[in-house]
This record gives sequence, C-alpha cells and structure tokens, in this order.
Amino acid sequence: MLTNNKLRTLFVALPTVALMACTSSGPTDEELQAEQERLERERQEQAAAAEEQRKAQAEAAAAEQMRKAREMAAQEKAALEAQNTIYFDFDRSTIKSEFESVLRKHAEYLVKNADQTIVINGHTDSRGTPEYNIALGERRAKAVETFLRNEGVKGSQIAVVSFGEEKPAVMGTSEYAFAQNRRAEVVYR
Amino acid sequence: MMKRAKLIIITCLISVFSYSSKVLAEIEIVITEGMNNARPIAVVPFKWSGNTVLPENIDEVITSNLRRSGKFSPISLSEMPQFPTVDSEVNYEAWANKGIDTVVLGSIESVGDDKYRVNFQLVDILRARMTGGESRVLVDGSLVVTKDHILEDRSKTIEGEDFRQYAHIMSDIIYQRLTGERGAFLTRIAYIVVKDRETNPLPYELVISDYDGANETRLLSSPEPLMSPSWSPDGNKLAYVSFENSRSQIFIQDIYTTERTLITDFPGINGSPVFSPDGQKLAMVLSKDGNPEVYVMDLATRKLDRITRNRSIDTEPAWAPDSKSLTFTSERGGKPQIYQVHLDNMRSRRLTFEGEMNLGASITPDNQNLVVVNRTQGNYHIARQQLSTGNMLVLTKTFLDESPSIAPNGSMIIYSTLHEGRQVLSLVSLDGRFKALLPASQGQVKSPSWSPFLL
Repeated sequence: MLTNNKLRTLFVALPTVALMACTSSGPTDEELQAEQERLERERQEQAAAAEEQRKAQAEAAAAEQMRKAREMAAQEKAALEAQNTIYFDFDRSTIKSEFESVLRKHAEYLVKNADQTIVINGHTDSRGTPEYNIALGERRAKAVETFLRNEGVKGSQIAVVSFGEEKPAVMGTSEYAFAQNRRAEVVYR
Repeated sequence: MMKRAKLIIITCLISVFSYSSKVLAEIEIVITEGMNNARPIAVVPFKWSGNTVLPENIDEVITSNLRRSGKFSPISLSEMPQFPTVDSEVNYEAWANKGIDTVVLGSIESVGDDKYRVNFQLVDILRARMTGGESRVLVDGSLVVTKDHILEDRSKTIEGEDFRQYAHIMSDIIYQRLTGERGAFLTRIAYIVVKDRETNPLPYELVISDYDGANETRLLSSPEPLMSPSWSPDGNKLAYVSFENSRSQIFIQDIYTTERTLITDFPGINGSPVFSPDGQKLAMVLSKDGNPEVYVMDLATRKLDRITRNRSIDTEPAWAPDSKSLTFTSERGGKPQIYQVHLDNMRSRRLTFEGEMNLGASITPDNQNLVVVNRTQGNYHIARQQLSTGNMLVLTKTFLDESPSIAPNGSMIIYSTLHEGRQVLSLVSLDGRFKALLPASQGQVKSPSWSPFLL
C-alpha cells in the first residue's frame, strides 16, 4: 500500500518538475502551444507524404504489372506471329501433328483475347490449275479454322481467304519451294 | 466492215489503280515444233508505189500469221524465183519448180491523205498450170472464159492505223480459202502478268493483246492477285476475279469504256467466271454454302442457280458450245476428274478416266473434243480427249502446263507453262504437231483466255 502511494507521488511529481524546469527559463504558454501545433502539423504532413508515396508506389507497381502483362501479351502475340505458318503435304489439307501445339497456342491466345480477330490465308504450290488450287487453299485454311474452333475460338474471330497458287512464299519449282508454298498463314489484325 | 472492226482500244482504260499504258511484257511467238508437216506457200512482198514508209509491213504480218497457224510454211524471200505483184506477171512454171503451189501477191498505192488502196490475189499455181491461166466453163449454156486459178482477188481502201488489222483480215481470207476452216487471226488474248512482288507496288496486271502479242494494253493493275479473265461472246467485256479488297470478288469490265461492275462478293471463293455462249449468263464457283460449288448467274436478274451439290470440290465450269451442258472439275470420285452436267435435268456423268487427275476442261467449238490439263506420273500436260471414243492424246511436253484456252476456230490451244523458271504462254495445235512459245520480256504470264471472233 505504502509502496503504491510512493509510486503515485513520484509519477505525478516528475512531469511537474520537468514542466517547472521549462517554464522557468524558456517559452511562454503561447509559444509552447504554437510549437505543439507546429509539431502536430509536421507530423500530419509527414503522414500525408508517406501516404502519398505509398499510393504512388502502389500505382507504379500496378502500372508496372499492367505494362508487364501487356508486354507479355505483345510478346506472346509476336511469338505467335513468328510461328504463324503451318505447312501441308502435296494435295492434302490435313493438319500434321507437328503443327498442333503451335495452333493450340494461337487458340489459347485467341480465347484469352476475345476481341482479337484473325484471317487465315490458304495457299498452294503451283502444280495443278489455278482454279483448283483456290479450292485447295480454301480447304487448308478451313482445316486450320476448324482446329481453332474446336479449341474454343469463336467463329466471329476468324475470316478465311484462299489465294491458291497466286502468292507463293518462295519462287521457283524446286521441291523446297513447293513445300514452302503449301501453307496456311494465321494473320492477326 | 472496217468501221465496225475498229479495234483500237482507248488507252486510259484503267480503273481503280490508274495509270494508262501500252507495251509491257512484249510477247513474241517462237515456234518450237511443227514446221515440217506444213504446206509450202509464198507471200510475195507487196509492191508499194509511194515514197514514204508504210505504217506496217502487210506481207510480213500475213507471213507470220500463216506460219503461226502451223498449217503453212511460207518460203523465204531468197527462195522466191520472182516478185510479181499481179497474176499476169506470175511465171507458174518457176513457182511449180520450187514446189510452191500457192502464191499470195499484192500491191499498195496511196489514194489520198493517210488513205491506201490494198490489192491482193491468191493464186493456185497447180490450177493455173492445168488451165494455162484461163479456163472455159459453161454459164447459162455458153462458154465463158474464167480465171478460176485466182482463188481470191480483192481490193480495199484503208487508213494507216488499219494496216495491221487488214493484214489479219487478209490472213483470215487466205486461211479459210485454203483450209476450209475459219481463220482466228483477228482475235485477242487476255492474260495476267505478275511482276516482281518485292519491287512493284502493283505487281498484278490484267492485260489484253492481239492474238500474236501485238498491241498489248493493260486494263488493270493491282497490289493483290487478279485471276481467271474470260471473254464475253461479243468480245467487248472481260469477267475476272480480283483480290483488290483482300478477298475474292468477280467483276465484269468493258474493255472499251473501262466501266467495271462488281458481280459477286460472297463470303469465301468467288471464282472461275465464264460467260455462256449467248452472253446472258455467267457460270462461276462460289463456296458461300460451305465448299466450292458451280453456280450459274442470270446476268439480267442476278438470280443464281446452284448446279452442283457435293461435299467435295467442284470447280472450273466451262460451257458446251450448245449451252446445254457444263463441264467441270470434281473431286467426288477421290481425285479431280472432269464431269459433264446437263442443265435440263441436272444429271452429271464422269468424262475422264486417264491419268491421276484431269483438270481445267473445255469443249472445242465443234463439240468433238475435250481439252484438259492431264496429270500422269506427276506431270501436268495439255491433253485432248475425243468425246465420242474417250481416247485421250497428250499434246504437250512442257512443264507444269495449266489454263488451256481454245481459239474460236478450234485450231489452236493457248496455255500457261513453265519455261526456264518463268511462267510463259505457249501454243499447241489441236493435233499436237505445232508448238510455239510466247516468251515475255518480264514477269510471269498466266491465265490466258482466247477471245471469240472479233468480226
């Protein structure tokens, strides 16, 4: 009990002493008040600045994330555009298994980006007649269209144009040229 | 006659991609096979009494025409024993000794400002030797002296710009008189030229020229492919396919007024337009209903009739000369082969069985033969199949032959082939004996279409 009382006295006494010490030689109450207000303002300003900084950092981080996402999408699209050609056997329009994975990547991108539209251009080598090759080129482009639609791409995202033998990728009549020209190209718009 | 025949094309023909032009690919005919079974003939240089330079060398044009028909072998100037200008000057024995039984001769005189009188005679040397240049025949009971060894004797006043055309008309007269078949020298061809796509912003060109490659005129230039030109039966219009709007569309264009009409713009293929022989309809290929099918459009009403109904490719319609049927290419039997559909009952039957594939068929004007692109052992050649027997004869030895188009008199086929790495036009006679190349100085030349008779 005694101990408690002593302690209480000490608690009260200490701040009083301190106060006494200040008032005795220094500022007036007004000055003290002003100083307190100034400190308070400073504290608030610092808090506001800190808040602002935090916000800016968050925004920057978000923007960075967006930029990264966009960049990744662009990179993804660029990567897809770099692998936009698939090749066919002579007089055939079946999609070879080696091109299925790249077409799946196109499909994935198109499903994620539903407002992205593409044109599939069908081409042939120069053997056979131009009219027959227009039909064959369309069949190739449509084979690609069917594949993409089976992977979930909407029909409204896809247009098909056959150029037959009219736009060879490689000129000439070597087997190499023929093979390079029997193709379908996925063109992003 | 000459007025109606005026074939000079207005040169600012061009439409959307406009710049007018003449002389582009400069095609000339090089005969590669077939001179030894042709009939010898002499075309003596026409005598010109004026002192100016003539607009065109008429006898040279006639000589070239006769040689290119594959049916005649005109002798050179150095082989000629004399240079007569009328029958009365002809030494029949001298020509007979050279093995020449027919001589063309003539003369040209000036009859006013840019007006020329052209006289020509076609002389049968054998007949002249039999009759001595005069024969007597009974006409209404009395003997009349005739000169029946003179097969043709004509005279006509023409203007300077008509020289080449009149030379073609004379060639037609000579050819018909000696072969019994109408000449096709006064005709044109339409074709597509593809220039280097790297260096030309408008590499695809629709071009027409005289049948011999003279008077080339560009009708259209485009950044995107042009295909399948085909003539209207009056020779005034072309139907063709253009990708200028990044998809195929069929247009009809008047070659004189340059007026262009969009005919079809369906989703998918708009291809292979071909005028019916009466010019009222256009056969075509559309894939709007899922896959390529043959349709016929009534040009007046634009109403479409679907002709084929098949899950495989049907394409390349061509009209039979009587308009009652169409031939077309179909994959319904597995590989492309030629079928014929009768338009009254829509029944189809397969026509070709030879080789791995047959494509791009058309029927000759006499309705006797089918001309096709035949694929045998991987080689694409022009072939002819007799319709009555089904016998097929491969006519060409060139590489990757396509797009055969038959001359209106049925004597010759023009087609596209590969020569020294470039697509060029080539000629082959219907019997396969005569062959010629039409190399162009630049670009790839393809999809030739031979016009109807222009007179």
